[in-house]
Amino acid sequence: MVTETRTPDLAAVRQSTTTIKDTPGYRTFRWTNVVLLLLVCAVTLYPFVNLVAKAFSSEGFIAAGEVNLWPRGFNLDTFDVVMGDSLFWRNYANTLLYTVLGTAISMALTTPYAYALSRQHLKGRNFFIGIAVFTMFFGGGLIPNYILVADILGMRNTMWAIVLPGAISVFNLLVMKSFFENFPAELEEAAAIDGLTTYGVFFRIVLPLSKAVLATMTLFYAVGLWNSWFNAFLYLDQKELFPVTVYLRNLIAAATSPAAGTTGMEAVQIGANIQAVTMLLTVLPIICLYPFIQRYFVSGVMLGSVKG
Amino acid sequence: MAHGAGALTAPPADTGGELAPPTESRPSGKEPRRARRHRVTWRQALRKDWRLYTFIALPVLFFLVFKYAPMVGNVIAFRRFRPGGNPLGDEWVGLYYFEMFINNQQFWTVFWNTVILGLLTLAICFPLPIVLALMLNELRSRRFKKIVQTISYLPHFMSIVIVAGLVLQLTSVNGTVNQLVTAFGGDPISFMQQPEWFRTIYVSSEVWQTVGWGTILYLAALTTIDDQLYEASRIDGANRWQQTWHITLPGIRPTMMVLLILNIGTFMAVGFEKVLLLQNPLIYSTADVISTYLYRVGIQSAQFSYGTAIGLFEAVIGLTLVLTANYASRRMVGASLW
Repeated sequence: MVTETRTPDLAAVRQSTTTIKDTPGYRTFRWTNVVLLLLVCAVTLYPFVNLVAKAFSSEGFIAAGEVNLWPRGFNLDTFDVVMGDSLFWRNYANTLLYTVLGTAISMALTTPYAYALSRQHLKGRNFFIGIAVFTMFFGGGLIPNYILVADILGMRNTMWAIVLPGAISVFNLLVMKSFFENFPAELEEAAAIDGLTTYGVFFRIVLPLSKAVLATMTLFYAVGLWNSWFNAFLYLDQKELFPVTVYLRNLIAAATSPAAGTTGMEAVQIGANIQAVTMLLTVLPIICLYPFIQRYFVSGVMLGSVKG
Repeated sequence: MAHGAGALTAPPADTGGELAPPTESRPSGKEPRRARRHRVTWRQALRKDWRLYTFIALPVLFFLVFKYAPMVGNVIAFRRFRPGGNPLGDEWVGLYYFEMFINNQQFWTVFWNTVILGLLTLAICFPLPIVLALMLNELRSRRFKKIVQTISYLPHFMSIVIVAGLVLQLTSVNGTVNQLVTAFGGDPISFMQQPEWFRTIYVSSEVWQTVGWGTILYLAALTTIDDQLYEASRIDGANRWQQTWHITLPGIRPTMMVLLILNIGTFMAVGFEKVLLLQNPLIYSTADVISTYLYRVGIQSAQFSYGTAIGLFEAVIGLTLVLTANYASRRMVGASLW
């Protein structure tokens, strides 16, 4: 057998060995594997399916614990209630604003920095990389940040408190840096010889050829901002300024408020349908975009890993 | 154990290059470049590259203001801070605030809660993506693999608020979990009001949210393993399990180590936002961790200096852990973050 498989033709080896390896034991293993993975998928999806079912069900059936995979007591009234709440739409619009503005600021800061850091000859390069990387492992802490943003910079109840403090993600920065490092140097040299300055090279050569990484990073920032809630929770106390995540958080907190004490259980039931509808409306954009954006994220993460 | 000793006693290319290359090749690749470069003064560099430095100016300002200024602000852990007074505190009080929390029984409760929750998360959430990646790697149908991946990544894209909302709904008295409990003849449990359930719920939701996304880097590492190793081992009569144990796992070991170090580094900061969203006073005895305690005493009760002292303590532990893990990993396995 051994001498047989030692043919120079690798494809033949692969084929013959796979047929040999298909023992009954291995076959059982493979089927178990498939079944387990199907189970993983089911468990992952269940909470979402359950959410949709609850959103379209009537409160009574939810309270009775009879809503699982399929809506019972179909009703759309709650959608009217939630969508009729002007605060909900206001906060939804805020989320959109914070996401767009924040992403623009983040990209405007991250991209040039990453490009400059990718230039091997730049004096002080290691220092400039170092001051960014150090912040990955040590931060100022919640309270000094709070004092800085809320009091010293006076950003309380402004959108700047949401979009500025986290403007540069060091992880995104490193991903972009490694992308620019792999950029063909000849192209930039040729452009420089033809008389382009650094600005010219960056804006007219590098950026147009980096659309893929720019799109990926934009998505990273945008999804992060869309989902974020804590900065808003911390620095904003005017309801009209909240992003929709904080609206949702307050809704859930009100429903499960410990102030209700022993009656807390009933409070949860009362809000379940409204909560489900609000949650569904909040995740809807992400769910709709998800199939299209997912692969960009994956490639972005892999790009980061190349750096090691 | 054996691997550790081998790497320690034989730093050169004795390990057959299975883990050495990434760390080994980088410095040697840089040597000639460094030799070629002559020393440039700052004045020359600024004149030549001033445009590049304009790219750097704003981001550096960002880091100074939003990242380094708060580090300086930590000084109020040693100085008494009064709202409206000097932002760096009014007078030195030495280790007063540190003694305050070390002598505080409540602090030690949240400290141990943090450690237990962190260890549980690390022990359960770190290995599972590896297992899932290995399972995905065994699939023959590329299409099925894609579908499973796409589905398992999904929770990663959800806001933490949504995740908390889903957890609260599923564990509510009439939620799905309790329906299962009653279906098997048990009595409904009010999970979120009983401290003994919090850790289970927290870790399960963490697994649900992170396991799929965690496989990405492992799957990437798996594709870099040389097929010839498998072919050679098959010819030598290795079965599937032996191949996994002797080729696949060593092949992704550098990735495992890097991710382990990163996980250890964030261990003390266990899911601050998620814990904050999930906890309620009824279950503080297990669900209160340093960061949420810090939020309550520091921000809600406005004890700024005291809160800063706790935060600094937490950050120093985190930094120490990451440095130690990185050092240990470099010495024992040859893979490290830097």
